[in-house]
Amino acid sequence: MTQTSSTGSTGQSLASPTGTSAVPALSGAPRRAKINAKTLRTDRWWLQPLLTVVVLVSFIIYSTIRAFQNTHYFLDPYISPFYSPCLSSSCAPAPHISLFPSNAFFTPAIFILVFPLGFRLTCYYYRKAYYRSFWLSPPACAVAEPHKSYSGETKFPLIGNNLHRYFFYAGMVFNVILTYDALLAFRFEKDGGHHFGIGLGTAVLVLNATLLWLYTLSCHSCRHIVGGRLTHFSKHPVRYKFWGFVSTLNHKHMQLAWVSLFGVALTDLYVLLVSSGALSDPRWVA
Amino acid sequence: MSYEAKLRVWRGDADGGDLQDYTVTVNEGEVVLDVIHRLQATQAGDLAVRWNCKAGKCGSCSAEINGRPRLMCLTRMGDFQEDQVVTITPMRTFPVIRDLVTDVSFNYEKAAAIPPFTPKPREKDGTYRMQQIDVERSQEFRKCIECFLCQDTCHVIRDHEDNMPAFSGPRFLMRIAELDMHPLDTVDRKEFAQEQAGLGMCNITKCCTEVCPEGIHITDNALIPLKERVVDKKYDPLTWLGNTIRRRTP
Ligand code: SF4
Ligand code: SF4
Ligand code: FES
Ligand code: FES
Repeated sequence: MTQTSSTGSTGQSLASPTGTSAVPALSGAPRRAKINAKTLRTDRWWLQPLLTVVVLVSFIIYSTIRAFQNTHYFLDPYISPFYSPCLSSSCAPAPHISLFPSNAFFTPAIFILVFPLGFRLTCYYYRKAYYRSFWLSPPACAVAEPHKSYSGETKFPLIGNNLHRYFFYAGMVFNVILTYDALLAFRFEKDGGHHFGIGLGTAVLVLNATLLWLYTLSCHSCRHIVGGRLTHFSKHPVRYKFWGFVSTLNHKHMQLAWVSLFGVALTDLYVLLVSSGALSDPRWVA
Repeated sequence: MSYEAKLRVWRGDADGGDLQDYTVTVNEGEVVLDVIHRLQATQAGDLAVRWNCKAGKCGSCSAEINGRPRLMCLTRMGDFQEDQVVTITPMRTFPVIRDLVTDVSFNYEKAAAIPPFTPKPREKDGTYRMQQIDVERSQEFRKCIECFLCQDTCHVIRDHEDNMPAFSGPRFLMRIAELDMHPLDTVDRKEFAQEQAGLGMCNITKCCTEVCPEGIHITDNALIPLKERVVDKKYDPLTWLGNTIRRRTP
């Protein structure tokens, strides 16, 4: 043990268990090891935050343009997820429910995008992503952040992230609507009547709805609500099963967050392309 | 096959110090701690380094290697190119004692501040009974070897020393979660977690999880579930209302 430590074999002084913090770092004197470099990491730690910024900013630009465009979001029987549910009286197809008239600013998309946006903004995974890549807090592990002071999620507005579960409920409602849209995508008009059919757009809408369900069900708030808040799983066997299922999905929450985001954008892009005539939708109708 | 590795090791104490260059022989299969020991035996007899098990189980040899918080005994020299300089520094967040040894008593103070495990009364036959599925979740947290690498990495205190009194760090927030999920415990620590231990300061950026040598899912399985439990109690008007009504009905 001669080599163990120059400061005694454990060297760790046990503080008095008073609970009040006589935190050594606060005694004023510079006690930490003096190392000037902001980080000594030699790997490409900046790559991941950079990619996140590029992808998220592209998505925001694309969806903003599409939300204000107010055309090419419907080709019977496909509707873009950005414009569903269509609540405005001016909706290109018959509106789902006619609640509002729309104008150049309040397009049908504006009314609804706020919910998916809120859901993703308060999502535990996206929080990690934007805190790291947009706010650099921290940009990567063991890389110093540029801010002088830090209060995390204790103050307005970030304390609002604690309301994530309400956006989760809203997200579930949207999933039901988009599932309904995906079912309608099997219903084609032919010879004046409605017929069962399948087109590439049907597959796109079904895939989009599936990915959104997986993303929503893998949510941390969902995991808590279905069973995580319990202390005695043994008294709630069914909820324990659900919790196990959601936990398995939850492991993949990050991947599902990205894939479902691409899913929504690509579904909208597909509807844009077919409804503007740039692409023709291959389909089979009974 | 052995080769000569270029090391940069931080030498100094609370009054100052700097990175010093060394060239040390490395044999196949060695870890950073082996090389630090060779350096101590052959060139720098007064180099301070803390270690015990050399097996990733005692949590003593925490340091930062090329800027990443890691256990020296679990970091293979083979992970680096032979011509790459390997930089070894003490944990940044804690006060340095000397060279690679830091004073981690901050952590013991934070541990002591947590309201202790308070079990319900024993069964009539004098025993405690728990179902495996009820304790399973918190058993993951008991793998912790208290290396404090997560505490060292957490930007809340690493980058903001002034937060140290108000923030207990991931390891001890995880301890609170463990007790809160415990089937026998009777104390509600949610208020404590948020107000005294600073749970709200964690922005779930997962660096604690990234560095944990035990691979504990600290953020996903302890911190986020604890945040959700605090939301139940403090921020969710419906759950709050439900609990209030239920308390009032006999
Ligand atoms: S997830 Fe929270 S506790 Fe863990 S390192 Fe990040 S801020 Fe700190
Ligand atoms: S949780 Fe992991 S990183 Fe933190 S002290 Fe325990 S073993 Fe070390
Ligand atoms: S945590 Fe990501 S959607 Fe809820
Ligand atoms: S010496 Fe025990 S963990 Fe490294």
